Amino acid sequence: MFEFSVGSVLSIVFVLGVVLVSAAMLIWVERRFLGFFSERLGPNRVGPFGVLQSIADVGKLITKEDWIPPFADKYTFVIAPIVVPVVMLLSFAVIPFAPGVGVMDLNIGLLWIFAMAGLGAYSAMLGGIASNNKFALLGGLRAAGQMISYEVFMGISILGVVMLGNSFNMRELVEAQKDGWFVLPQFVGFIVFVIAGLAETKRWPFDLAEGESEIISGFNTEYSGMKFGLFFVGEYIGMFLLAMLIPVLFFGGWLAPFGWDIGPPLVSGLLWMTIKTTFWIVFFILVRAALVRPRYDQLMNYGWLVMLPLSLLNLLITGAVVLYQGS
Amino acid sequence: MSVLFYASAFVSVLATLMAITRINVVHALLYFIVSLIALSVIFYTLGAHFAAALEVIVYAGAIMVMFLFVIMMLNLGKPTEEQERVWLKPGMWVGPSLLAAPLLVELVVMISGAKAQTQAGVINAKDVGIALFGPYVLAVELASLLLLAGLVGAYHLARK
Amino acid sequence: MFKAIGKQLYVLWSQVVTLALVFMHLFKKKDTVEYPDVMPYMFPRWRGRIILTRDPDGEERCVACNLCAVACPVDCIALQKTEDENGRWYPEFFRINFSRCIMCGFCEEACPTHAIQLTPDFEMAEYVRQDMVWEKQHMLIQGTGKYHDYNFYKIAGKAIGGKGKGEARNELPPVDRRSLLP
Repeated sequence: MFEFSVGSVLSIVFVLGVVLVSAAMLIWVERRFLGFFSERLGPNRVGPFGVLQSIADVGKLITKEDWIPPFADKYTFVIAPIVVPVVMLLSFAVIPFAPGVGVMDLNIGLLWIFAMAGLGAYSAMLGGIASNNKFALLGGLRAAGQMISYEVFMGISILGVVMLGNSFNMRELVEAQKDGWFVLPQFVGFIVFVIAGLAETKRWPFDLAEGESEIISGFNTEYSGMKFGLFFVGEYIGMFLLAMLIPVLFFGGWLAPFGWDIGPPLVSGLLWMTIKTTFWIVFFILVRAALVRPRYDQLMNYGWLVMLPLSLLNLLITGAVVLYQGS
Repeated sequence: MSVLFYASAFVSVLATLMAITRINVVHALLYFIVSLIALSVIFYTLGAHFAAALEVIVYAGAIMVMFLFVIMMLNLGKPTEEQERVWLKPGMWVGPSLLAAPLLVELVVMISGAKAQTQAGVINAKDVGIALFGPYVLAVELASLLLLAGLVGAYHLARK
Repeated sequence: MFKAIGKQLYVLWSQVVTLALVFMHLFKKKDTVEYPDVMPYMFPRWRGRIILTRDPDGEERCVACNLCAVACPVDCIALQKTEDENGRWYPEFFRINFSRCIMCGFCEEACPTHAIQLTPDFEMAEYVRQDMVWEKQHMLIQGTGKYHDYNFYKIAGKAIGGKGKGEARNELPPVDRRSLLP
């Protein structure tokens, strides 16, 4: 019970702790890195190097007035921000952190993540429609269209990985990458997955659902206090999830590159997972700092005219190769 | 497992009832989503893991989002709620319910008479795929034809 | 077809170049001045806290002409003129509401006697809003501000106690228009 194995209490507590602490720290890390990328220092006043900034932020959000607009649909308004953090946390249940570290070993692990991501779309939509505000409604519409569209390409792009790994189980997918990471045979799928994943988490440059300059703050225009904070935290958990999903699917998860194992498998796995996840988190922050937001028609055109044919072609070729090698 | 099954079945039936009786469309839709998720849990308890995941991905994650999308576009306000309220008067639903009641009784009798279904084991994605492209290939082809027709039709309408 | 593919590849490549260029900023020197720890250099002409200055003799420069109050675009200056026994004008009260002031410097430009001046000080936050209303005793300093030897009454032709007409600096005595002498 108190040793590291999939589903043990220690494992669950570890995963939950890592995810929540990381999501909170990401608020600070992201702002600090954004500062560095634009030649500023970022928040560095609260605690050493500003590490306690997240606590200050949460304190501010909790003590703020939690206002429900009188014209809003009250129940839906309250439910909407709860959906996204819950769903994102549930997604972490199937993520393999290291050999023996994880909440559950589901044989439909990848589909579980997609199911949860599909439910995550409700958060923005319900927030948008419950606010009874035209900007919020526009944000909700944009979120719905964007997430539905990009979920399609995201799903198709990882089917190549599923074919190569011959499983939906995340741990088996990682184990299947012992001989070589899937990023090389699945490079097109990898590119499509990263772009679609960014759009799916509504992160920059695909933050059209928020679009501060055009529709104020989109679906969370009317939200304040910790309700807004839940949207905020949910977004960061989603970013963390994506930063762990990409290594698991394409970069060998906990496996060390070139056999650079350090210590026992547990320590080595956790270390390499941390390194890979950190790399992708910094990459997402860099993308936020560097790229500009496309127009909505550009987003949709890019999705349906470029990403969909690319991912279908990738699926077709991978299937053909797997079939040829199998026969 | 049977406790899980009955709990989720209860949730599913209750949520569907609530979905029918809600006056606000968004609330009805929320209950319907809950009902779908409960159904997916039932699938999981029966061993159909792949179907359970698809239930959430396709129905709750995509089709219901599309419903909500359309509701957002339609600008349903107070008049729709009034209409809905009129429809929920007993005069509107007593007749059909009385006609449907014997069917429900028959269903209950049939189910209680049937032998308990034994656990068929876990049905994984491979079994589903073989079933789809083996015995049911005609149905799959027909469905794909229908979807293609829908796609072409939507493309044609959108071009105007 | 191939043109479209080429365009997409170009688009992707241009995004990658952008990412690389922005990433290089990580290693550049930061522009931030850590203000409360390190005071930034404030230029002498910075338009900050408003002061009232005195002339080199130690008298108030302000002659209560109200030009600053007229020039003020947000109407934050209020003053009342009075005279001393020598006929010298000065403000009875001089009040600036700094919660309204936009530090535009129009009052300084309007002032004919260099009395009202803006300084490089900008740290003026208060906890009580009423504390943002400053009276004359808060703003009047003992020095001459930016203009050290300007003394309005020594230059102006106005007669006050202790100084008749024509006795100001660079001023000729008044012409006796009844005399025929050159």
